Amino acid sequence: MGGKARALAVDAALGGLVAAAMALPMLGVRLEDGATGLSLGGRFDWVLWAAGIVAGGRLLIGALRLTLAGRGPSLPAPPRALITYVGWAMVAFALILPFLPFAGRNMVDKATLVLIYVMLGWGLNIVVGLAGLLDLGFVAFYAVGAYSYALLSQTFGLSFWLCLPLAGMLAAGFGLVLGFPVLRLRGDYIAIVTMGLGEIIRVVLQNWQDVTGGPNGISGIERPSFFGLSFKMVPPEGSRGFAEFFGLDYSADHRVIFLYFLILALALLTNLFTLRIRRLPVGRAWEALREDEIACRSLGINPTTVKLSAFATGAMFAGFAGSFFATRQGFISPESFTFHESAVILAIVVLGGMGSQIGIVLAALLLVGLPEWFRELQQFRMLAFGGAMVLIMLWKPSGLLSTREPAIRLKDAP
Amino acid sequence: MSEALLDVEHVTMRFGGLFAVNDLSFSARPQEITAVIGPNGAGKTTLFNCITGFYKPQVGRITLNHPSGPLLLERLDDYTITRKAGVARTFQNIRLFARMSVLENLIVAQHTRLMAASAFSLAGLLGLSRYAQAEAQAVERARHWLDKVGLTAFADEEAGSLPYGHQRRLEIARAMCTGPVLLCLDEPAAGLNPRESAELNRLLLDIRAENGIGLLLIEHDMSVVMEISDHIVVLDYGRKIAEGAPTAIKADPAVIRAYLGEPDEEEAG
Repeated sequence: MGGKARALAVDAALGGLVAAAMALPMLGVRLEDGATGLSLGGRFDWVLWAAGIVAGGRLLIGALRLTLAGRGPSLPAPPRALITYVGWAMVAFALILPFLPFAGRNMVDKATLVLIYVMLGWGLNIVVGLAGLLDLGFVAFYAVGAYSYALLSQTFGLSFWLCLPLAGMLAAGFGLVLGFPVLRLRGDYIAIVTMGLGEIIRVVLQNWQDVTGGPNGISGIERPSFFGLSFKMVPPEGSRGFAEFFGLDYSADHRVIFLYFLILALALLTNLFTLRIRRLPVGRAWEALREDEIACRSLGINPTTVKLSAFATGAMFAGFAGSFFATRQGFISPESFTFHESAVILAIVVLGGMGSQIGIVLAALLLVGLPEWFRELQQFRMLAFGGAMVLIMLWKPSGLLSTREPAIRLKDAP
Repeated sequence: MSEALLDVEHVTMRFGGLFAVNDLSFSARPQEITAVIGPNGAGKTTLFNCITGFYKPQVGRITLNHPSGPLLLERLDDYTITRKAGVARTFQNIRLFARMSVLENLIVAQHTRLMAASAFSLAGLLGLSRYAQAEAQAVERARHWLDKVGLTAFADEEAGSLPYGHQRRLEIARAMCTGPVLLCLDEPAAGLNPRESAELNRLLLDIRAENGIGLLLIEHDMSVVMEISDHIVVLDYGRKIAEGAPTAIKADPAVIRAYLGEPDEEEAG
């Protein structure tokens, strides 16, 4: 026991030392605005605090590990039925959320943002979680969807509902085209190439001034209507407004709530699709490809079509989400489609537990929702967020829900 | 003598300057178990990879006399060889879909048939009934093979969590689920204990008797080879050094020389 305690103390001291070394330049020195100009001032107590917190944390974690070790697996995997119930409860909650007393416009707006990422996460999950192709350029298809809607609507005056499937198809087409170069690659190499392709799309959007408006983006994008009923304060000539038609007082909240339900429906569609496709030959082939490509070949599965279909399907859902994004914002520019977005979406999939649908919802809540709700903490927002991430990675290193459920069971089969 | 199921004619596969398989010809007949044996590095697995399309031989012709007509395997892609020609294989180092369940492994193997039934999954996505029926048939076929290899109790377990011997049998069941006319087994008895190896013999004889298909077998375990094979091809350094019935092979001086070695001729001379 003594040896272990010593190892713990050494570990904690080392952790503190590293923290001190990192905190010294970042926290320990600050510029001070004195009477004679700028001068350097110390803030060494902060460095000590940082080192102390890290050393204490290491000690605590180590001690916890020691006491918990040998007590068997801490948490059994939640049973299948429970996960299903939780899923339905989440859907029910999402349905009534806008009408709950505490849910103001702000909250519905944030929930809409989270749902966009849930949908993107579910879309990317098809590529990464099911087919096992590590795609770091997913945001490119999101951008294609957004620009497709914006351009189709502005150039040809098409409605949102007509543009939505078109944007999805265009994004899927791009998925096919961008899928070809990565067909021969595996693992990390796919990640590098897709990352490059994603950046290419963004750079093209940024520089193709005549079509995409370059860095200025596209503004004044048509907002969606409810079966032809506009949400505008003053509906366009010859049509009626939503509020007028239903005999309600005009309120800007109507559109916010409508957009919320729209993305909820789109996200649930994505989820339904994934749950169904896992029971179908294509979905099974995706999962088989993730496990072993050579075995797939030996069973008569053509890996080329399997990979391309995964890429195209994932891209299609990103395209849907993209056109929703464009219609919600009313303004898009290449700024919204940086690599950072791809990284966040991938982080959602990985944190959720690679392939778990509910895990992705939880991860999106954490990764997108948490920073939003932490806004009250002001400049400590990202610190709190980082701390939360560290805790999760300690507690669940393989993702929040990483148990895989077979799509078919012999005992349930007829 | 019936017509051959598989005809390998003058096949040569070269890696740089190394002739892994050198001008090899033999044939395998339907409803027979043909074993390919030879010391390590004799080119057995390379031959398998040529037959199943993973390698394209530089020289030679491989013909499979499928019931629907002869097919030239060296011209087909690896996945079309399974799909069209009905050649299924297992691997020397087991290649299961480890994180999928045992049952799912067997259903993935019926991909081609299910793809057709679900109209490339589109009809299945909309929930049309023809797919449900095809899936039920696929489960039935999987259940049949699970019973055969004795893994029914493990159907819903992760394939990767099974013991080694079970994984070997599951891989054979998975290959059989593709509905092959020729089953190629790459060292199916490797790593099995004597009891498991005897079970394997029974399984292979059973497959041959019941399905009437040809089996091609690479094996080191002589108890398996001598007991069940009808015909043996012996390779050494990529060349065929002997071919014939098990009893004849056992007595063949060239085979004994290749396996046990002999006083070096240069040294002796």
